[in-house]
Amino acid sequence: MTTAANPSVTAGEQKQKRTKREIDTRPLLWPSVIVLFLWMIVPLGMTIYFSFIRYNLLNPDISGFAGTENYAFLFEDPALWASLWNTLILTGSVLVITVVFGTLLAVLYNREFFGRGVARLLVIAPFFVMPTVSALIWKNMMMHPVYGFLSWLQSSVGLTPIDWFTHYPMLSIIIIVSWQWVPFAFLILLTAIQSLDKEQQEAARIDGAGPIAMFFHITLPHLARAISVVIMIETIFLLTIFAEIYVTTSGGPGLATTNLAFLIYSVGLLQFDVGYASAGGVIAVILANIVAIVLVRTVSRNLHQT
Amino acid sequence: MKQMANEKRWTTVIAWLVALVIFFPIFWMALTAFKTETEAFSVPPSLFFSPTLDNFVEVFARSDYLKFAWNSVAVSFGSTLLALAFAIPAAYAMAFFPTKRTPGTLLWMLSTKMMPPVGVLIPIYLLFRDMGLLDTVTGLLIVFTLINLPIVIWMLYTYFKDVPGEIMEASRVDGATPMQQLFLLLIPLSLPGIASTGLLTVILAWNEAFWSLNLTSSQGAPLTAFIASFSSPQGLFWAKLSAASVMAILPIMIVGWMSQKQLVQGLTFGAVK
Repeated sequence: MTTAANPSVTAGEQKQKRTKREIDTRPLLWPSVIVLFLWMIVPLGMTIYFSFIRYNLLNPDISGFAGTENYAFLFEDPALWASLWNTLILTGSVLVITVVFGTLLAVLYNREFFGRGVARLLVIAPFFVMPTVSALIWKNMMMHPVYGFLSWLQSSVGLTPIDWFTHYPMLSIIIIVSWQWVPFAFLILLTAIQSLDKEQQEAARIDGAGPIAMFFHITLPHLARAISVVIMIETIFLLTIFAEIYVTTSGGPGLATTNLAFLIYSVGLLQFDVGYASAGGVIAVILANIVAIVLVRTVSRNLHQT
Repeated sequence: MKQMANEKRWTTVIAWLVALVIFFPIFWMALTAFKTETEAFSVPPSLFFSPTLDNFVEVFARSDYLKFAWNSVAVSFGSTLLALAFAIPAAYAMAFFPTKRTPGTLLWMLSTKMMPPVGVLIPIYLLFRDMGLLDTVTGLLIVFTLINLPIVIWMLYTYFKDVPGEIMEASRVDGATPMQQLFLLLIPLSLPGIASTGLLTVILAWNEAFWSLNLTSSQGAPLTAFIASFSSPQGLFWAKLSAASVMAILPIMIVGWMSQKQLVQGLTFGAVK
């Protein structure tokens, strides 16, 4: 009754309440902001600090300010350059393989056929297998030089079985990681391809465009944005591939499969040289930031185009 | 018409062939889980054998399989619930009370995902050692909550944005406080979105291997780390490895299959729908 009798007061109250409410949203947002800030800044600051001191967990006598010593050692270390090269090869190859096969599979599985739903489930399945399991299946049951399924296949057609992890260690890792990530690219690109305009396709077909022309002039441009998203997300994960190397080759033989992530792990947590490993960590962060900036720029340019 | 039927037949053949090749390693592992260790190593590989459940029994009897499975369940569901508790209010605030800083805040949250985990591995390891969190479920739960929080906030933000503003406005005019709006209106309305966000983080946490390998060894180890222990030379029991792996991946594969669409949205931060 009172509200109806005095509408002007109510409106005033409401307006006041509203502004008050907007201030009140801070306690809702800040817990997340604070924990993420702590998670990002505190360890990152520690990594940078450690990279400038002498710090070895096994030998407390080694201490003091190191200046750029850790970095100097790191840049003279052939292991750093080998690991950077391996990181580049691993990330680049898997990106190319997953985007190419992901696109082809998306086109194939977008067509009508019997049992399409089930076949799609089988194709995306590897993405849900935890990295340690997929690495061990491939290392043992697929690629084992004597008992592996692939060596049986090869010998049954008269070829000499390949000792994958001895002769082609990096290729083996690339195969395993690609097997895990092709389904990811496929899943994203299939979703994107389903929004392709049916009428446009039909019009092109009537105009006499063949399947290859259709693919390059209609399908691929339509997928451009989804492909750049796939590349961006995969790069974040692929730059720091770890578990697959950890359970198969441990970075070997020699340094053949040591990427930057594995190098930092082995220097820091196996040799306990915190200062040196932290310098490597700073390099990894800088590298990831460069890649992130380039990728975000490319993607946002792509977004403006479409 | 005949040509179209022919085309469909060929697509069926090729598509199924490709699907079976891609799925083969998983199928082969599942088959090996029901073999004896001798059959697992036989050349040529045995396709016809009398299946046995011994490996599953052995895995349960010899290792603390249930402990590792429980750790996996605890860290993946625990971290998901915790991340939701942090993210729901944050996404609510940004979706319905945006300020000039909101887009920047969202991008900044996303950028924390770009930081490579190895860049902070050493400090986190040392901090956890000093705080007694190494090899504990609690420690891993904290890490998983933080690495998944940006994704959860982003997904919830996009779901909340889809809720019609008029509904919220109407309830506000009816005198509902922001808290009442959140708990009595927004959460029930976007429950499907919240559930699929949760499913995605459960999957990501269940399969996470970098932190679980580096921060745990036995007491707090989830299944990813337990399976890795089979890589040592003395642990080369393929049939048992397969049995343990099948049990480790089966639940999450079913969850993943059920939530494909939501996965795409979540993994691409809503960029591909």
